[in-house]
Amino acid sequence: MKIAVCVKHVPEGNSKIDAGSKRLDRSGEGSLNHFDANAVEEALRLKGDSDTEVVVVSMGPEKAADSLRKALAMGADRAVLVTDAALAGSDLLATSAVLAAVLEREGAELVLFGQQASDADGAVLWAAVAERLRRPVVSQAAELTVDGGSVRVKRQTEFGYDVIEAPLPAVVAVSDAINEPRYPSLKGIMGAKKKPSESLSLAEIGVDAAAAGDAGSKTEVLALGSPPARGDAKKIEDDGNAAQAIVDFLAEKRLV
Amino acid sequence: MPTLVFLEHHGSELQKGSLGVLAKAASLGADVSAVLVGAGVGALTAEAGSYGASKVHVAEDATLDPPLPQARVDVLAQVVRDGGYDTVLFANSVLAADIAAGLAARLDAGLNWDLVDLVEQDGRLVGKRPALQDSVLVDVGWRSEPRLALFRAGSFDAAPTGGGAPQVENVAVSLEAHSQAAKVVDQQLEESSGPSIEDADVIVAGGRGLGSPDKFTLAEELARALGGAVGATRAVVDAGWYPYAAQIGQTGKTVSPKLYVALGISGAIQHKVGMQSSNVIVAINKDANAPIFEFSDLGVVGDLHEIVPKLTELLNQRKS
Ligand SMILES: Cc1cc2nc3c(=O)[nH]c(=O)nc-3n(C[C@H](O)[C@H](O)[C@H](O)COP(=O)(O)OP(=O)(O)OC[C@H]3O[C@@H](n4cnc5c(N)ncnc54)[C@H](O)[C@@H]3O)c2cc1C
Ligand SMILES: Nc1ncnc2c1ncn2[C@@H]1O[C@H](COP(=O)(O)O)[C@@H](O)[C@H]1O
Repeated sequence: MKIAVCVKHVPEGNSKIDAGSKRLDRSGEGSLNHFDANAVEEALRLKGDSDTEVVVVSMGPEKAADSLRKALAMGADRAVLVTDAALAGSDLLATSAVLAAVLEREGAELVLFGQQASDADGAVLWAAVAERLRRPVVSQAAELTVDGGSVRVKRQTEFGYDVIEAPLPAVVAVSDAINEPRYPSLKGIMGAKKKPSESLSLAEIGVDAAAAGDAGSKTEVLALGSPPARGDAKKIEDDGNAAQAIVDFLAEKRLV
Repeated sequence: MPTLVFLEHHGSELQKGSLGVLAKAASLGADVSAVLVGAGVGALTAEAGSYGASKVHVAEDATLDPPLPQARVDVLAQVVRDGGYDTVLFANSVLAADIAAGLAARLDAGLNWDLVDLVEQDGRLVGKRPALQDSVLVDVGWRSEPRLALFRAGSFDAAPTGGGAPQVENVAVSLEAHSQAAKVVDQQLEESSGPSIEDADVIVAGGRGLGSPDKFTLAEELARALGGAVGATRAVVDAGWYPYAAQIGQTGKTVSPKLYVALGISGAIQHKVGMQSSNVIVAINKDANAPIFEFSDLGVVGDLHEIVPKLTELLNQRKS
């Protein structure tokens, strides 16, 4: 079997939107979106010691190769990065077109997504990609099993838990509670450098530049503003007396 | 601006969030229709009318009853095309998010998500979206039609608009093969029973930072000392550490106690929407950059395993 995992390289720490371009400032350090580590882990768990191939796929700047390398260090077998100057400013629609094209090329039986991109918090991309691939999709998977050509997912909704089955090939987005991602071992980190990894342009995956990036996007950021300011929020560092400080605060607010 | 609102229902109940979006759309003076999908939804059209729908498209079919997104994409795509809708609105939910994004891909339409408001500015629709842990409020727009929007839970009050009986139109749909492939094979609906955390004055909520299920005793003992109830995040509920009935957030309860104490909770948007209207929020988290500090009245950067036992003891001493 072949499992493709979609992973995103996200800015580290508290990210900012660039006032000029009105886009997320991606110039600083970045790392593997931590929600996607759950998807990589789940793929590795499903693989076990079988000959299943786990391919990690990302669309992003050249630096996104760092995040793919981390996924390889965790144990994924191969990495594919779609990177192209024409990708800047991609919205959901444009991103889904690019990922669908590269996933089509891979032809994996199972495509996994993380719960959300920590910089976008969309938690929606999988549904757009699955629609383009014309495959069944199940999101928010808290438990996932694959057997006999189908997936079985337990997932939470607003009303409790549903168990959903879908035939392969399928798209599944996992919840961050599905597993505890492993840390790459030293051996994994060393080995990652030798694993096959390719970098593809839009032309190489057969996507017209007009369908990607800003040109392929149907939404736009018009203006940036500040949210209403919060009142007198306090933040303290525990120096051994935090418990007392909390009691004092609660007493001052007449909550104890 | 012919606008279509997806109305989500559970059993025979229309969901408040989607009624809120419907009422909001009607308040913008738009010509608003709603779409209902599932078995027995024909009985819900009058209520849709009273929240502002002048027309309701009804796709009533037993095969459409399981709460899965893809068949609903087929229905909505057809309704949008046939009805010439230029705006399609959704209240966020596990189901609605997947419908909205699937529909965006199907119709090649722009989708703006996590909106908290929609306004008309110089003759065009503008969405308001808090972004980056709500540190900026972004104005977003659409470059083409139809415009798709997904609203954050609890953005609008569901107040009846006093609208009358809507025109009802039945939709006959043909479903795509991939839209019918997934099946719901089991459902565990959680009926609320016993005292609800929604009524508690004080809630002590625990997240993955507690470290292990048995450490929920830290939250329970602190809750007892404060005379409150215990809440939890989805991460720990999904992992089986604590019951779903205690979950706070988008797919759990919405609470607004006088005091909310968050222990080892990162403060994800989907958690925030369930507790942001608490009067006073105190958070203990060892990561100084945790988003929860953005909306806490008192943020404590530190190890909860050190702080919480001391805090509980101090509170118990005060009482005796
Ligand atoms: C459709 C959808 C619906 C969702 N619905 C909900 C919902 O209803 N409710 C909900 O809660 N979530 C919901 N989520 C999930 C949400 O996005 C987060 O994944 C979840 O809230 C994270 O839970 P957490 O804060 O417990 O875990 P984490 O995000 O892992 O945070 C744990 C925190 O604990 C801190 N920590 C660790 N050790 C310590 C220590 N010793 N002392 C102090 N702090 C420590 C860490 O710094 C970290 O910030 C939903 C997600 C989606 C996509
Ligand atoms: N640029 C990207 N490249 C690859 N996968 C992505 C990208 N952006 C998002 N994803 C995947 O889509 C999921 C949901 O992202 P989002 O809908 O943007 O919150 C993430 O957890 C990733 O699995």
